[in-house]
Amino acid sequence: MRDPAESLVGLISSVRRSANHFLRSGALLILLSIAQSSTADENARPRYAIGHLASPDRVAKLDIAIGPQGDELPIGRGTVPQGRELYREHCAICHGEDGTQGPDPKLVGGHGSLATAKPIQTIGSYWPYATTLYDYINRAMPFYTPGSLLPDEVYALCAYLLNANGIIADDTVIDRTSLVAIRMPNRDGFIPDPRPEQPHE
Amino acid sequence: MTQVHRRRFLRRARDIAGAVVSAVLAPRAAAAIETTKYQGAPTREYGSRSRFETLKRWVMPTRYPSSSASWTPLGDLDGIITPSALHYERHHAGVPDLDPATHQLTIHGLVDRPLEFSMKDLRRFPAVHRICFLECSGNGSQEYRGPTSENVQQTHGLTSCADWGGVALKTVLNEAGIRSDASWVVAEGADGAAMTRSIPLAKCMDDVILAYAQNGEALRPEQGYPVRLLVPGFEGSISVKWLRRLKLTASAYYTREETSKYTDLMADGRARGFTFVMEAKSVITSPSAGQELSGPGYYEIRGLAWSGRGKISRVDVSVDGGESWRQATIHGPVLPICHTRFSLDWQWDGSTSTLLSRCVDDTGYTQPSRRQLVQQRGENSFYHYNAIQAWRVDSAGVVHNA
Repeated sequence: MRDPAESLVGLISSVRRSANHFLRSGALLILLSIAQSSTADENARPRYAIGHLASPDRVAKLDIAIGPQGDELPIGRGTVPQGRELYREHCAICHGEDGTQGPDPKLVGGHGSLATAKPIQTIGSYWPYATTLYDYINRAMPFYTPGSLLPDEVYALCAYLLNANGIIADDTVIDRTSLVAIRMPNRDGFIPDPRPEQPHE
Repeated sequence: MTQVHRRRFLRRARDIAGAVVSAVLAPRAAAAIETTKYQGAPTREYGSRSRFETLKRWVMPTRYPSSSASWTPLGDLDGIITPSALHYERHHAGVPDLDPATHQLTIHGLVDRPLEFSMKDLRRFPAVHRICFLECSGNGSQEYRGPTSENVQQTHGLTSCADWGGVALKTVLNEAGIRSDASWVVAEGADGAAMTRSIPLAKCMDDVILAYAQNGEALRPEQGYPVRLLVPGFEGSISVKWLRRLKLTASAYYTREETSKYTDLMADGRARGFTFVMEAKSVITSPSAGQELSGPGYYEIRGLAWSGRGKISRVDVSVDGGESWRQATIHGPVLPICHTRFSLDWQWDGSTSTLLSRCVDDTGYTQPSRRQLVQQRGENSFYHYNAIQAWRVDSAGVVHNA
C-alpha cells in the first residue's frame, strides 16, 4: 500500500512542476498549508520540499546495516565446514591460520582474558552481538574486496567463526533465524558511559 | 633599438636570469635582496604554500596504507584553524573518489517519507557553519601506559579544528518526518569499509551538521567529500565521512565500530559503550618534545585547550612539574567545542624544568592527571585519553616527553 505521506509529497511536487504561476500567486502556499494542517505531527511537514522520494527498490538495495533484531538479514544459510574453506581462502592471510595468530585483529580465543593485564578482545571474548559479525563481514571484508561475498558465504563465515570460538556446535547451520538467536558470551559485558568521573587521588 | 641599447638590454636580461638562478640557489638572505631586482611569479588560479614551508602530517606506517591515520603538526601551527591540508585523517578503508554530481544521501527507516538528496539539493537548504574541533578518540592512547611518543604531533595530533559549513541535520530529518518510535540514527559512509555508527537521535536534532564545506571551500576528499557528518564534541569516528545513508531506528545497531572498537575496556573486564564525548584536554605546543631552546631567557609558553562539552574557561600552567601553577592568558575567540589558544610568559633559567598545562571547561570539569585516569580506568583502556601532558626541558634546552 502506498504511504499517504508519499502521496502528499507526490501531489505537492507534481502541482509545483505543472503550475509555476501558482507559486507567484501564492496559491501553492495556501494549498501547502491546507495539506499540512491535516497532519498532527509537526515533523510530518515537508517545509522545503527539497529532495525526492527514495524508491523502495533503492532503499532495499542500500539497507545493509544489521541491528541486533536482524530485520535486514537476507535469506541464506551457511555451515561450519563451508565457512572453514572460505576462511582459509579469504581471511587467514591477515587473521592467521585459525584466527588466533593475527597479525590483524585476533578473531578467536581470549575467553576469560578481559580483566587480565593482557586482554584479548575477540569475537568470542568481547563482541556482544552475533549480528555484528554478519554486518561487518558483509560490508567491509575481505579487506581488498569488500562487499564481494554472497549471503551464503557470509553466513558460512559467521558459522565458522562462532564455532571456532566455542559458541555453536560443529553441525549448527547459521541463517537469519539462528544468527539472531545466538547469545554471545560477553553480551552483558558492556556498561553505559559514567563520565564525567569524579576525580580522586 | 641601437647597438648600445641592444647590448644593454641583453646584459640586463642576462643579469635578471642570473638573479633568478641565484634566487633559487643562493642562501635565503641573499635571495631576499635579489627579489627586488626581478619580476616575481605570476598570479595563480589555486594557491599553494611557499616552497620553503615543509610542515606535514605524520603518517603512521601500517601494513595497510588505506587503513591508517595521519597526525596534525600541532607544534608548528598558529591560531586555532587547522589548514585543510594538515587536518588529521583516520580512514578505515582509504579515501573513496566520489563524484558530487552523482552522490546521493538517502534518509529512511522510521520516517514518514524516505528521501534522497543530491549535493545540489543539500546546498539549497538554509546553511549553517561553525568552527569546531574534531578529535579521534584514540588521540594519545599510547600514553595510557606512560610517556611514549616523541613529539606533540604524535601525542596530540589526532585533533584538528576547522570552519565547517553545511546544513543542520535536523532540518533535513524534519523533511523526511521523524516517527515517534525513532531514537537512533545509523549513519553509513560510501568508503570501502561502509563505515557505520549509531548516533542518538537527540544529538542529531541538537547540533549535528551535514557538512559539505571546510575552511570556506568544499571538503577535502580525505575529510569526507562531498558530504560528511559533523557531530560536535563527540569522538571523531562518529562524524561519518562520505555519508551516503542515514537510517532512523528504534535502537542502536551495535556495529563493529561501536562494539569491537571504540569501546573502553575497564580493569574489571567490563567495557564502557557509546562513550561519545571528548572531554576537556590541553597541551603545551611550544616548547614541546622534540624542540630545543636556544638558551636561558624569555620564552612564550603556547598551547591549545579544547572540550567536547563546551567552552574552555581556564588554563593553568606549571613550569615546576605541578609544584606551583600560574593562570595562563586565554586568547579569543573562545568558542564552544573549539580549539582555544593560551599562553604564559616564561623566563627559563637554564635548569631542568617540567612544563604542564591543565584546563577547566565551563561545566567545571578539570582535566585529570594520568594517575587519576589510570585509577579510574586501569591500563587496558585505550580511547579517550585526556590526561595532563608533561614536557621536561633538560639543562641543554632539549624538550622530552615526560
